[in-house]
Amino acid sequence: MALLEVKDLQVRVEDREILHGLSLTVNNGEVHAIMGPNGSGKSTLSHVIAGKPGYEVTGGEILFRGENLLEMSPDERAAKGVFLAFQYPVEIPGVATMTFLRTALNAQRKARGESEYSTPDFLKKVREVAKRLNIPQDMLRRGVNVGFSGGEKKRNEILQMALFEPSLCVLDEMDSGLDIDALRVAADGVNALRSPDRAMVVITHYQRLLNYIVPDFVHVMSRGRVVKSGDKQLALELEASGYAQFEDAA
Amino acid sequence: MNVVLAKAETGRSLGDAFALARHRLPGSGKVAELRRRSFEVYERIGLPHRRIEDWKYTDLRVLMREVLPLAAEPDRAALMRAAEAIKVHAIEGVRRLVLVDGVFAPELSETADPEKGLTLRTLRQVLDEGDAALLTQFFASDNADPMVALNAAMMTDGLVIEIADGAALAQPLHIVHIASGLQPAAMFTRSVLKLGKNTSATLVESYIAGAGSKSYQVHDSLAVSIGDGARLDHVRLTEDSREAFNISSAAVTLGAKAHFNTFGLTSGPNVSRYQAVIAFAGEGSRVETNGVNLLNGRQHADSTLFLDHAVPNCDSREIFRAVVDDRGHSVFQGRIIVRPNAQKTDAKMMTRALLLSDEAEADNKPELEIFADDVTCGHGATTGALDETLLFYLRARGLSEKEAEGLLIQAFVGEAIESIANDALRELAIAAARRWLEARG
Repeated sequence: MALLEVKDLQVRVEDREILHGLSLTVNNGEVHAIMGPNGSGKSTLSHVIAGKPGYEVTGGEILFRGENLLEMSPDERAAKGVFLAFQYPVEIPGVATMTFLRTALNAQRKARGESEYSTPDFLKKVREVAKRLNIPQDMLRRGVNVGFSGGEKKRNEILQMALFEPSLCVLDEMDSGLDIDALRVAADGVNALRSPDRAMVVITHYQRLLNYIVPDFVHVMSRGRVVKSGDKQLALELEASGYAQFEDAA
Repeated sequence: MNVVLAKAETGRSLGDAFALARHRLPGSGKVAELRRRSFEVYERIGLPHRRIEDWKYTDLRVLMREVLPLAAEPDRAALMRAAEAIKVHAIEGVRRLVLVDGVFAPELSETADPEKGLTLRTLRQVLDEGDAALLTQFFASDNADPMVALNAAMMTDGLVIEIADGAALAQPLHIVHIASGLQPAAMFTRSVLKLGKNTSATLVESYIAGAGSKSYQVHDSLAVSIGDGARLDHVRLTEDSREAFNISSAAVTLGAKAHFNTFGLTSGPNVSRYQAVIAFAGEGSRVETNGVNLLNGRQHADSTLFLDHAVPNCDSREIFRAVVDDRGHSVFQGRIIVRPNAQKTDAKMMTRALLLSDEAEADNKPELEIFADDVTCGHGATTGALDETLLFYLRARGLSEKEAEGLLIQAFVGEAIESIANDALRELAIAAARRWLEARG
């Protein structure tokens, strides 16, 4: 059984149809890149997978390990192992990063019927993960993302990914707002989490990110559907020729 | 509505209540005469209504309608219910002073072995003895407000606490107001706290209900004077029963180089008003006054603060947060006056309201009257709903809708709670906020 099956998905926002029959299959351990010009529906796909309100699914389905993902609330999806790394992680003043991480981790574990972490066990785990990802303890002491640079916010997303151990990671425009050094650090963090038990969907406008996170498959989106799929070579071709050919094809 | 008629009606019913209660009120001779005069002041207006500017958002004629009869003195069963109720709200390491149904309860209080420099008396004692200096203070300054005048006319008991110059109290004082009667009734209490020069103290006030006490009225008043170089940390937690009314007033005066850090949380009563007048009488002093209203159902809570910068070189900070759900109504009125010679005043006030439902209401009235020219004054106010993008972020990380809302509400009130200087008091406020969130489900 595929980990994620998106079948003929049609999605509207207000009165505009954004996705017109998108299909995508992702198996365990695979890394898929989704590329496309602005407005092609890439971010919409990531939001619908995570369950963001405001999107109306008018046709098709999304199955996660064979279960209907669209019937689940965002928190149920998280507990099942779906993780969205946000393009713009939000700042939450007044909520300490550690409190947030512990509440989230324990909420997911509780939903799965697992025991909750005690405070000492939790602290030990966070410190170990932060050390592995080279995240300074100082970042953990602040409010969630408050005063973080673009790079720090993305590293905080990767820290959460490492802590929650999801089976599907959707990375929405991870490269936006990052300079080349910050991008490399973030990509190293993601690569460290690649595993046969974990699939990734990497959404990006630019080929650049894929030099660091090398995908198994590349899909090109245009005007709300996948118009071409291939391997990593496809990304390089796109870099040379641009998206214009696909805009015409769609 | 006919104003004259309404006044006559409320006046008459209460006039009877005062006449009936009179023989039970402590103090005779001069005290009785002062009570009668205070009652006349009250009767001129009766229950304050919306046409009185200061009570515009809290019309007691509509919300409270009448003043209930004076509560009976607690019997054995009432004291036992009070003792049970205290258990939930007990605080480690404090000196507990308990008022049950408006009467000091020595059996539930700790009066033995006072720290050096601490003098404790009950209001009843002081009224019976007729301490002239204190009587002047009790009946003098505060007659402008009808509810304070009513309190002066009807007060049955309270604590009179004096701290001698130079004494630093290690043990916080905890005044617990408990309603334990089973019949609808009103309690009238008044307490006095005098901090001498170079003293420090901590005062916690809790308002709670015993099992079976539902519909009652708290009428409380507190007079505080903070001497030169003294510091008072103060927290008040108004939890009460959901059918209760709580009308409380405070008058605070600071000497020179004094410090007053005060925080109030209102989550319990049906209708409440906390009105405080804080006056700087000496230079180089500082006040931090912060508060949180947590409301749902049809609760109404009014915080009305008046900061009087009468002298130069004083700082004041006000942070106020309201979280309002269902059809709740929160009112914040913050008035700051900077008098002509109060140069180098630094006064700031910030209020924010979080509305959790379309029918929730928050009224916010800042008033700055500045008569000096070399001052820093500012105020800001916002009202809004929970941020959907923050909620989605938290839910995408596994938090349920309620958990996500709870975390954001805690963060919202956090800034006001964090202003509590004392760690243990801060924990108390956090615990009270959590009780509200948990009850919300």
